[in-house]
Amino acid sequence: MSTPKPSLTMEFLANFGDLTRFIGHFFVRFWRRPFEWKELGRQLDEVGSKSFLLTAVTGLSIGVVLAMQSRGTLVRFGAEAVLPSMLALSVFKEIGPVITSLVLAGRLGAGMGAEIGSMRVTEQIDALEVAALKPFHFLVITRVVACMIMFPILTLWTDCLAMFGGYLESLMASGMDYRIFLSTAFETIRISDILVDTGKTAVFGFIVGIVSCHLGFNVRGGTREVGQAAMRAVVGSSLLILLTDVIIVRLSLLIFGDVGS
Amino acid sequence: MSESPVIRLVDVHKGFSGVDVLNGVSLDVSKGSSSVVMGGSGSGKSVLIKHIVGLLKPDKGEVWVNDRRVDELRGDSLDSVRLSIGYLFQSGALFDSMTVHENLDFFLDRHSKLDKKARNEKIAESLSWVGLPEKEDQFPAELSGGQKKRIAFARAIILEPEILLYDEPTTGLDPVSVRSVSELIVRLREEKGVTSIAITHDLLCAEIIADDVHFLHEGVILRSGTLDDVRHDTHPALDLFFGAIESAG
Repeated sequence: MSTPKPSLTMEFLANFGDLTRFIGHFFVRFWRRPFEWKELGRQLDEVGSKSFLLTAVTGLSIGVVLAMQSRGTLVRFGAEAVLPSMLALSVFKEIGPVITSLVLAGRLGAGMGAEIGSMRVTEQIDALEVAALKPFHFLVITRVVACMIMFPILTLWTDCLAMFGGYLESLMASGMDYRIFLSTAFETIRISDILVDTGKTAVFGFIVGIVSCHLGFNVRGGTREVGQAAMRAVVGSSLLILLTDVIIVRLSLLIFGDVGS
Repeated sequence: MSESPVIRLVDVHKGFSGVDVLNGVSLDVSKGSSSVVMGGSGSGKSVLIKHIVGLLKPDKGEVWVNDRRVDELRGDSLDSVRLSIGYLFQSGALFDSMTVHENLDFFLDRHSKLDKKARNEKIAESLSWVGLPEKEDQFPAELSGGQKKRIAFARAIILEPEILLYDEPTTGLDPVSVRSVSELIVRLREEKGVTSIAITHDLLCAEIIADDVHFLHEGVILRSGTLDDVRHDTHPALDLFFGAIESAG
């Protein structure tokens, strides 16, 4: 007898229900002691400073490639002068936040899913539990908060390096002065665009943190399941980032209007 | 009148995904005694002791520790019971990302009022008690199986619990390490009066540490008594179990 199709739906609903419950626990326990400041500091370092190089390379290459790809088309229409402006809009509003978050989802989602998953299968989480050390506070809340704090910072860092990469390309291709580049770049973009589009990465950070911790925390089995949790953490958080982005962009357009408005 | 038991399980039932693992286990452990639970793989031994620290809740039955009903406790009340219990996990469960010193200090820092200097002294004392005073700065990955067990032992006793639960304390160890870990368990009982339950398959370990032995079979305690009583019982399940151990040993 073939497996009935609805079981996939049921599995999805069960997983979604588990994740929702986990998020509920997060918001309930977030306000309760203990506050693991020391571990939060360690996670900020783990999430933040150890991602600076990766996001720097990402930003630089985005800027250079975007400028190189767009230049030909803009020249054809005699609009080469708007290149910095186009670059700033693309980078600050969409490419920077989304690409940075996806890159970080790859690095951190896999890391957190695997680390917490192996702590589960080697009974380290049980050891925290029986020692009255509140593993949810120590492992989950610290990681999620660290992601929420560091994602916007890393996004701004990536955005700046992307603009720098774009400027380097413009300098080499047309000898553009940096003052002209900067004044043109920030001519059309509004501070609310930068704030909203960088701020939305705090939500992406929450998604990466909570999905990865949830999958790691609930691993049952052995090393195979730990590997699967790591993989699912990356895939799940990446998909949720893309879906959430659509919702946030739609909402921000409704609230703040478009750049031209 | 005899003292009430430190640990009492009353008709505990537990199942997972429709499969019954414990089918009405009742067990009393008196203060200062060292009980050993033996039984085949999958007989529910680990499930049994996880109920005592509230890691699992019974589907039916009662779990008491020091006259407090653990299966009904939550949050801080459960934590207060847990702080009176040390738990030695089968794998040691040392935190990989921390050194040996940090593993021990992590518990002390959060649950004692000792200052840094006093905590360091306490850690040094615990490590020398388990015979590994020089391992403070090493990570768990740098230790052998026996050393990991002994460090986990030091961590389990650092808060001076009155009860210790050992989940397969000697599994995977060579006979010399088995003897050394078993002797630590005996020393702990003799010097600090700790009440303990150990789960083991290891006859040598049971011989060294057991005051009484409980044999778990098909989710119930089949026999209780001294190791000799249980070992020489003629029930086919006991015969098979001890026969297999003796022929393997």
